[in-house]
Amino acid sequence: MAEFAAHTVKSFDEDIAQLRAVITRMGGLCETQIAESVDALMSRNSEAAQTIIENDKRLDALEAGAEALAVRIIALRAPLADDLREIVSALKIAGVLERIGDYAKNIAKRSAVIAQSQPVGPAVIIPEMARLVVEIIRDTLDAFVDRDPVKALALLQRDQQVDEYYNSLFRALLTFMMENPHYITPSTHLLFVAKNLERIGDHATSVAEMVYYSVTGQRPAERPKNDFTSTVYSPE
Amino acid sequence: MNQNPAIGHNTVPKMTARDVNVFYGQKQAIKNVSIDVSAEHVTAFIGPSGCGKSTFLRCLNRMNDTVDGARVEGRIELDGQDVYASGMDVVQLRARVGMVFQKPNPFPKSIYENVAYGPRLHGLARSKTDMDEIVESALKRAGLWDEAKDRLNESGTAMSGGQQQRLCIARAIAVDPEVILMDEPCSALDPIATARIEELIDELRGRYAIVIVTHNMQQAARVSQKTAFFHLGTLVEYDDTSAIFTNPKATRTKDYITGRYG
Repeated sequence: MAEFAAHTVKSFDEDIAQLRAVITRMGGLCETQIAESVDALMSRNSEAAQTIIENDKRLDALEAGAEALAVRIIALRAPLADDLREIVSALKIAGVLERIGDYAKNIAKRSAVIAQSQPVGPAVIIPEMARLVVEIIRDTLDAFVDRDPVKALALLQRDQQVDEYYNSLFRALLTFMMENPHYITPSTHLLFVAKNLERIGDHATSVAEMVYYSVTGQRPAERPKNDFTSTVYSPE
Repeated sequence: MNQNPAIGHNTVPKMTARDVNVFYGQKQAIKNVSIDVSAEHVTAFIGPSGCGKSTFLRCLNRMNDTVDGARVEGRIELDGQDVYASGMDVVQLRARVGMVFQKPNPFPKSIYENVAYGPRLHGLARSKTDMDEIVESALKRAGLWDEAKDRLNESGTAMSGGQQQRLCIARAIAVDPEVILMDEPCSALDPIATARIEELIDELRGRYAIVIVTHNMQQAARVSQKTAFFHLGTLVEYDDTSAIFTNPKATRTKDYITGRYG
């Protein structure tokens, strides 16, 4: 994207750079938390899961830091135009990333229960889904750092793939539970894990929308949704 | 189809300027500016020092006539009437298009006389009672009545800076103008006095067409509905204030309002 001229007041640029750095760190931490929570889930490693739950506090602290910084910039600099849009967007993005972290933490929590039950076949889709979600977050943060509206817009379509994974896992788990009532507990937890990943995909997409708005001042057109499971009665 | 974004907003303009050029001697201060000023909005002129915003403002009531070597080309109309027509009575024009300046400049007279001066000059009052009413109503509209009513015979220059500026606004509105031009009306005032003037501008909106020149971006954002950005004598961008401050179209506008200029 276009290079921006520096502000006359240099410390303003430093403040914005610092805010961007906090957001980038939060994004990186989210990627790690998701990838590791799914690893812990699949490898049935309860110790690793505990570490992930602990690490979520770092995301909470970073979010608080981003908020304090954004509030300070608004109070001291009275930002306008693209500066204003970026700072307001960064404030919102920090909140969304914190929420994404909560979903990863929730996956880690469930992995402890799942580790105590029999392995469930359809779970193999989970790591695939997680890989895709992590990729979307990484690309979204790249679009944020590069201030690239084209990249941000392209990301809005990617969430459909996550929805498709979720739909197929939803059906597979429903079938699995009907056939094997003993597996209802781990399957239900896995369903929540999949739902968490699906929600993460939605949140990452909303971050991409914020990046697009921050750079262009326009809202992107309505994005397509492909998660139809809320209307499914039986897995036919 | 109108090419110029400064022209062609839906409301009937109070004042229109077309292809205005202003020269100070050899130096051109304003280059081909065309703009409409609506009676329903407060219009803010912003831009860096020397961009021509004050020069252009002063064209609207021919204040540049008093500047040696100043020459104005183009057409400026008030309700469709050519402001620079040879038969135009400039004193009448300035009664219709009043002005408030950067530094409060009350006459060295009583508060009452400051406000009564214009109406008397223009023969607006037939009796002392008439004049008393005009003075009271102008001071009330300027938000100064409660502070001034018990000291109408004291000197205007004895008031605080903020009060003096509101007195100047009362003086401007006493002759019942149609347009009020304000050139940096708050730059010599403290934040409280500034807030009172801003509140006053908001109250006067709709009754008068108001054009305000300000260096304070936040002030332009707070008080105006339309904002015009001037740079190097040209009108760069003219749009709704909210659009100018959240999503300006021109890079020069954006660089200026975000503090990247120069």
